[in-house]
Amino acid sequence: MSFMNWIDERFPATKVWNEHLAQYYAPKNFNFWYFFGSLAMLVLVLQIVTGVWLAMMYKPSAEDAFASVEYIMRDVDYGWLLRYLHSTGASAFFLVVYLHMFRALIYGSHRRPRELLWIIGVIIYVAMMATAFMGYLLPWGQMSYWGAQVIVNLFAAVPFGIGEPLSIWIRGDYVISDATLNRFFALHFLLPFILAALVFIHIVALHKVGSNNPDGIEIKKNKDENGIPKDGIPFHPYYTVKDVVGIGVFLIFFSAIVFFAPDFFGLFLEPPNFEPANPLKTPEHIAPVWYFTPYYAMLRAIPPMLNSQFPGVVVMFGAIIVFFFLPWLDRSPVKSIRYKGLIFKIAVAIFVVTFVMLAWLGMQASTPAKTLLAQIFTALYFAFFLLMPWYSRMDKTKPVPQRVTK
Amino acid sequence: MSSEGVDLKKRRFLTASTAVVGAVGVGFAAVPFIASWLPSERAKALGAPEAADISKLEPGALLRLKWRGKVTWVVRRTEQNIADLKTLDSKLADPNSDVETQQPDYAKNAARSIKPEFAVLVGICTHLGCSPTYRPEVAPADLGSEWKGGFFCACHGSRFDLAGRVYSGVPAPTNLVVPPHQYLSDDVILIGVDGGAA
Amino acid sequence: MKKLIAVITLALMPLTGMASGGGGVQLQKANIDLSNEAAIQRGAKLFVNYCMGCHSAKYVRYKLFTKVGLTEDDIKNNLIFTDDKVGDLMKIAMPEVDAGDWFGAAAPDLTLTARIRHGGADWIYSYLKGFYTDPSRPMGVNNTVFPNVGMPHVLWEMQGVQNPVYKYEVHHDGHTVAEFDTEAAADAYVKEQGEGFRLERVVDRLEMAQQGSLTLAEYDQVSRDLATFLAYISEPMKLERQSMGVWVILFLVVFTVLAYLMKKEWWKDIH
Repeated sequence: MSFMNWIDERFPATKVWNEHLAQYYAPKNFNFWYFFGSLAMLVLVLQIVTGVWLAMMYKPSAEDAFASVEYIMRDVDYGWLLRYLHSTGASAFFLVVYLHMFRALIYGSHRRPRELLWIIGVIIYVAMMATAFMGYLLPWGQMSYWGAQVIVNLFAAVPFGIGEPLSIWIRGDYVISDATLNRFFALHFLLPFILAALVFIHIVALHKVGSNNPDGIEIKKNKDENGIPKDGIPFHPYYTVKDVVGIGVFLIFFSAIVFFAPDFFGLFLEPPNFEPANPLKTPEHIAPVWYFTPYYAMLRAIPPMLNSQFPGVVVMFGAIIVFFFLPWLDRSPVKSIRYKGLIFKIAVAIFVVTFVMLAWLGMQASTPAKTLLAQIFTALYFAFFLLMPWYSRMDKTKPVPQRVTK
Repeated sequence: MSSEGVDLKKRRFLTASTAVVGAVGVGFAAVPFIASWLPSERAKALGAPEAADISKLEPGALLRLKWRGKVTWVVRRTEQNIADLKTLDSKLADPNSDVETQQPDYAKNAARSIKPEFAVLVGICTHLGCSPTYRPEVAPADLGSEWKGGFFCACHGSRFDLAGRVYSGVPAPTNLVVPPHQYLSDDVILIGVDGGAA
Repeated sequence: MKKLIAVITLALMPLTGMASGGGGVQLQKANIDLSNEAAIQRGAKLFVNYCMGCHSAKYVRYKLFTKVGLTEDDIKNNLIFTDDKVGDLMKIAMPEVDAGDWFGAAAPDLTLTARIRHGGADWIYSYLKGFYTDPSRPMGVNNTVFPNVGMPHVLWEMQGVQNPVYKYEVHHDGHTVAEFDTEAAADAYVKEQGEGFRLERVVDRLEMAQQGSLTLAEYDQVSRDLATFLAYISEPMKLERQSMGVWVILFLVVFTVLAYLMKKEWWKDIH
């Protein structure tokens, strides 16, 4: 009996290989925007492997954390490389995921029957943000400490007497301290594995309904006499082979940053974070890492109301929660931007500009002019989502083809 | 898809070469992970040689220090101690230090040391790792009338002479380890680096 | 799609303005060369002789300097004045707490200064050259790069003593509206203008009042050597990572080209 037969009698190896790779039919017209899912998986694996390795040398205590990072950088063979891979990987993860989400947005991959797929994706995004937020505290630099202090203080803004006890409970202390660091380390180690499980579930959901494509049409509607979608091709070998090229190109850019600009001009490794956390000295300018700054800009844009920062907190979390509703906000009869009208195209362009501008504003020190800009862009951000039911219906659409185009 | 005009040879060649180059890449990528497990600069610094100042060591006295986290002894043997060593040979499991792993070449002699006056030994019992006690006195009640000085390990009763040689019939299988060492001068022994007399 | 990309590209233009970030101080270019081992060696010697009385470099091991052409003996004999071993970290005797009491602020550890300060080596270079007399300060000196610094001018004997030449700016609404050479002239202008105008004294340039034991060029070299040294210890593996990067990217290019050819071959199946 062959080896695979022995395995298959006991484990559905060949069945899974066929159903999900060799005979999983994906649309043949995947373009550039379709690389980012597999790239996100690559970066997740990279982060877990480098992260576990760093955890072998890092010390999660307020007293030793900063020094242990320098120990890794200087005393451990190739420790510096593991560190830079992990710090660059965190930013790469968010860039790749933002582009992946953008793909879904423009091609309507969040639409029926993929609403749950989209929702699982947003849950993954939220889990990523929690992981990154806790991870940033670990080097115990000035920005680590004060960034965490500011964000956890937001929980203190929750009204009705809940806020203060809540923030103390989260910290395990009255200020960010050793207790906070230790628990954030444990959670930062745990969450990526939950993330991996969520990614598995995400792919299960995807394979149930099949992939969308740039034309937004369902390839399962056109099957040949063998039940195979006429516009489908087996994922393996065609997309495994294509994704390998995508990985190669990605790794070139990634390595350029890791080996030549790991600080990335102060965006990935910020200068204040090379100074150990000092509870007695607040940095001139506290800002989160770039991937959080759009939400930070929104938080700062909302003025205090009734002596509370809570409205700003609500708006900030609302900006993330609104993603969950996207499948039901988009009322267009067509899925893909290719067949939508000018209104949607302009709305998406404005949304991209808004997101980028909010990200930039979140990095700057507050001025009255910049705050006004942030308020305008916050309004535009929410308008994109909340007005979508109307403008998506008003929009002129083009006839959608029966079969996929190039 | 059609299989007409498919150049199978080319396809196989490209797939194989990409796979091989990819495997090489994975090999290179593994290097930092595996190398990071090697002793770090901190471990190497902590494992650095220790200098022992023996200028004030009296005959019969023992100097205790730590080298690579291990208890290490320098004992200044008396003339009587040195003379007594060969009389004990018949009681010992490895009187000639035949087991190579327990001492450097220059300590493979009657006194297991560079200079007969000074014993340099790692103070860890070769049985299960306890640290034996220094028992220089002759014929104490608990060790018997034949005892001419040495080390007694209280954990399981192993005995060693003043050259660290293990007695027969005790749980410990081998002589105490003599660490690499050298004399920087008459007053200073450097433990952790091979060498000879200054 | 093309329109979309055009709009997005335009939207990202503001990011180019972002690069200019912090502070308003004009820094002088240090032009350091991290591959210059002699400079790093000189910098190390200056550091342990002049700076380590108060400043530690506690994340650096002395042994690091074997990477810039020194032997362990060189290090032991020239750079270590205590009974520290070559593998030990460059710590100092003065506890940080006491330093805070004695000087008003603890002399910070300098291992990562070049990565913390905006301008890195340029900041350090300009700082070392920027001390000038200021009787209003406890140490009698101030610094153009680090206003009201608590550190005395440790290297004054080498550089000499610099005096400031002040100019008097008049500020209104966050802008400088006029500049004067004397306080009296500026004062008169402010009184003339009325509300909302403020006088500010600013250092225009420094003048050497008393040359030290080194010439201008020699002290420049000292400052540059220290800046090179501090830049080096802030990231000792920098040159190694860059050279490794070249090989990694070369390898990846070869791999990607091969993978692309493989992809094209397999995709001949698809029409």
